[in-house]
Amino acid sequence: MKKQVVAMLLAGGEGKRLGVLTQKLAKPAVHYGGKYRIIDFALSNCCNSGIDTVGVLTQYQPLVLNSYIGIGSSWDLDRKNGGVTLLPPFVQQGGGEWYKGTANAIYQNINFIDGHDPDYVLVISGDHIYQMDYSQMIATHKRNGADATIAVIEVPWEEASRFGIMNVDDRGRILDFAEKPAEPKTNLASMGIYIFTWEVLKAYLVADEGNPDSSNDFGKDIIPAMLREERILQSYRFRGYWKDVGTIDSLWESNMDLLADLPELNLHAQDSRIYSVNPNQPPQYVADSARINRSLINEGCLVFGEVDHSVLFYGVHVGRNAVVRDSIIMPNVRIGENVTIHKAIIGGNSVIEDGAVIGDIEAGPSAEIVVYGEGSCLTADVSTQVATASEEK
Amino acid sequence: MRNVIGVINLGSTRTLLNELTRNRSIASVPFGGRYRFIDFALSNMVNTGIQKVAVFTLNKSRSLMDHLGSGKEWDLDRKQGGLFILPPAISYPYGEYRGDLQNFYGHIDYFNRSKESYVIVSSSHMICNLNYQEAFERHLATGADITLLYKDAKGMTDDDIASCEFLGIDETGRVRKMQDRPTDERLLYMETFIISKKLLVDLIEKSFRQEEVSSLNMIKNSLLTLNIVAYEHRGHLSVVNSIESYYKHSMNLLNPDVWRNLFFEPGLVYTKIKDEPPTKYVVDAQVRNSLIANGCVIEGTVENCILFRGVKVRKGAVIRDSIIMQDCEIDEGSFIEGVIFDKEVMISKDKRITGDKNAPSVITKRSIV
Repeated sequence: MKKQVVAMLLAGGEGKRLGVLTQKLAKPAVHYGGKYRIIDFALSNCCNSGIDTVGVLTQYQPLVLNSYIGIGSSWDLDRKNGGVTLLPPFVQQGGGEWYKGTANAIYQNINFIDGHDPDYVLVISGDHIYQMDYSQMIATHKRNGADATIAVIEVPWEEASRFGIMNVDDRGRILDFAEKPAEPKTNLASMGIYIFTWEVLKAYLVADEGNPDSSNDFGKDIIPAMLREERILQSYRFRGYWKDVGTIDSLWESNMDLLADLPELNLHAQDSRIYSVNPNQPPQYVADSARINRSLINEGCLVFGEVDHSVLFYGVHVGRNAVVRDSIIMPNVRIGENVTIHKAIIGGNSVIEDGAVIGDIEAGPSAEIVVYGEGSCLTADVSTQVATASEEK
Repeated sequence: MRNVIGVINLGSTRTLLNELTRNRSIASVPFGGRYRFIDFALSNMVNTGIQKVAVFTLNKSRSLMDHLGSGKEWDLDRKQGGLFILPPAISYPYGEYRGDLQNFYGHIDYFNRSKESYVIVSSSHMICNLNYQEAFERHLATGADITLLYKDAKGMTDDDIASCEFLGIDETGRVRKMQDRPTDERLLYMETFIISKKLLVDLIEKSFRQEEVSSLNMIKNSLLTLNIVAYEHRGHLSVVNSIESYYKHSMNLLNPDVWRNLFFEPGLVYTKIKDEPPTKYVVDAQVRNSLIANGCVIEGTVENCILFRGVKVRKGAVIRDSIIMQDCEIDEGSFIEGVIFDKEVMISKDKRITGDKNAPSVITKRSIV
């Protein structure tokens, strides 16, 4: 059955810079915002944009991601025609290989896309936090008769050299593109969201694959090649919250962004609702002794202590006289009595025993973020040692 | 439990919850911050491994059917078995609904067409978290014709157990009498029983020939002729039979032991998903001793309350001793105490609404004050 648009979601990222958080799972599966995994944003955006055919390209540590996505019912992607399809690298006659780059990942799945005979292919990444209606971007693409449309966002000038920067004319047509330029000409950064006219992209993917010197990457190879050959590349200006949460710092910051009185990312909006797999937990219980301010707390939590400026995922218990500040506590963590947690990310199913002190309290708000992986067990003694060790480091 | 089918019997004509059931069946009364009554009965069956459940409805079923949908949230969207929503099968225009047994009779094919050999029938206003496995094994071991589930109600007040049915059992555990006033032992019948399908079908047909239309009487009439055995449920039980008891049992959930017992032990309780974000506490939020569902935004003060999903409490608003259902909004500076707000109630700025904790008043759905 013909589809106008097929979305290809790149979800193979290892997320090395997230350290212990991606030891056992791919970056898109990392928890975010008290209830979500990072990939929920891309999948929900597809659902909210009316895109019902999504290929998810997995590679690194796909186990958690695969079982999380399942048949896609959480995002309304359990469809008879289309729906969600997990696309890991595979072997065929003549061999097989890992996805060598973002473009190669799509190249290896040309048959999947052709099976839906789409006019356009939307290439997105499972690493970003944002709410976006792709249908508007597709409309822009069509209106301009573009071969490719790239979503761009204004970033602070001083950060522009960390991004792929677009130079565009007054009608939004992309004149040139520079990956991480030392001296950026504009502050319009590529968000890694592309719409291609499928016929055109397919030709470029095949040509790119034939080039042994190519790194098979959209930003480094495909887009520059299209610019060289004067294809119509259009920019699509996005205004709103967008964050790459690829590092511990940015992941922490992005979670903290949600705690503002009126956060830029509105999780309450009805038409851009973010969907996730539901853990079926009861409402949270907030005890008489509890104090909660500036925080996001999910169902299944049991709070007896103090939670300030923090994000608690489902099933977290906070014992009496415990203080959790500036921290992210992932699902089912048990925090004992008289525990202090300061500026930390605690992996799921961890146990923090009574009296433990975590994080560098003396350093205050400028402390380094302390991270413990899934299933950590922290006793009062050990945690002080570890805290000291991380200070020395 | 592959050999058991379930029935959730909503055919009782009693109206227990007045305002809360004006536009909905008792099974779809919201409870515990995010659930509806039926979620508990349904989850108990599913957690026990029953994969085929019929819901015998009576009327006002729009909200119930909206809630249940395809049964997906309870894993009951099955090719084999699954969820059956069965409204009364009364023949127009002569039919008249006189009792719940008419539903059993009208849907006798649900039983006849099932290959399973046993049936567990439960009500929806006896709220508990239980696994039927042990009761079912006892049913088989004792060779009982019918096993009735009961709760020892010695710890409950007379109000708690009003309009309930009670069992008198002998030393062997056999049920000798059933009556609508407390026995000395106060063994409260949970309106839940286990029976073989064949016997149930026989009893339904026999009762119907005798023009008996109540499933309760059908069992009562068999006390002498059948081996009816009692099985005690030892976990938590909330019998919701009035607005007062609705309020009381809701507030009991503010005890973490009850919270744990009802929501986690032995199984999880499933309900329709709303995909609300986690609840947001802003800088001035003051929340104490409360049960808060997802999707709330709390800028004011909340004490001894149950907040359902998506409730907004604006700056300076104070809510005490109240149950606030889904998507209500309490604007700045308002003071709310001792009331039950049905869904989507809007309270504008600086209003004062207070009620009596012992006889809480209900503000009806979509009221605007």
